[in-house]
Amino acid sequence: MLKFLEMGGYAAYVWPSYALTALVVGLNIYWARRSLREAREETRRRLSSARAKA
Amino acid sequence: MAWVWLHRFGSPPYFYRVATLLTPWFGWAAALLCAAGLIGGLVLAPPDYQQGEGFRILYVHVPNAWLSLSTYVVMAVSAFVGLVWRINVAHAVAASCAAIGASFTAVALATGMLWGRPMWGTYWEWDPRLTSELLLLFLYLGYMGLRNAIDDTGRADRASAVLAIVGVVNVPIIHYSVIWWNSLHQAPSVMKFGKPTMATSMLVPLLLMWAGFTALFVALLLIRARGEVLRRERNARWTVDVVGATQEAA
Repeated sequence: MLKFLEMGGYAAYVWPSYALTALVVGLNIYWARRSLREAREETRRRLSSARAKA
Repeated sequence: MAWVWLHRFGSPPYFYRVATLLTPWFGWAAALLCAAGLIGGLVLAPPDYQQGEGFRILYVHVPNAWLSLSTYVVMAVSAFVGLVWRINVAHAVAASCAAIGASFTAVALATGMLWGRPMWGTYWEWDPRLTSELLLLFLYLGYMGLRNAIDDTGRADRASAVLAIVGVVNVPIIHYSVIWWNSLHQAPSVMKFGKPTMATSMLVPLLLMWAGFTALFVALLLIRARGEVLRRERNARWTVDVVGATQEAA
């Protein structure tokens, strides 16, 4: 296990590459879902104010 | 046939509905493919005869770099379709690409730097491949900046489409830079004519990661594009059905 984590002496380059990729994949999922949620909330607000005026 | 297809997907409610249905399929495919690719790449693939265990950066660097380029092509093609045929859904897709592409381009550059340090002895070199990939990041950021600077969505769509289309010349430059010029960066070993110059046990995990990242991109794009479609459908009735009824205001 330790040998695996050492990555033949390249641990300082291999693991940050994987960690950074995982971080940005996670952020992308979060950002995409937040963007859709905000668009839906905005649409909902607009529809209800249009209905209130009608 | 293609026209019917394009016309159908150009309909915002149809696009929204189909995108909603497809997203979980692409999302789960991405998760499974990447899990298999990670096991293959980190555990099962043998160390490289020159780079030892250090070559395993390949399994994150190449999928990120692939997405940085393919996202740009999707963005430029959608922008072109939106501009020429005035299809709003195409503009929504183009607008959704930029943030995804920029983030994966940044990671492609960063993982390339982390790979370059032990193998080339430097994090950065003003080399044709590295410089053109950095330019790609600036193209994405410029596209996003331009969109942000224009309040009217229709005008932002058209202006940013022109930038996206002009910038697409950089894509073949990035891809062929390692062949056209003397570069520190190695030449392609998979994306070329003929057989890939790579052992099967190393190649299969790379293909899994490549497919996984592509599926991830499609899922992210579908989620974001739904939001962008909603933002462009200010007065459409169908939006009532997808965001839920607003009874409390009635």
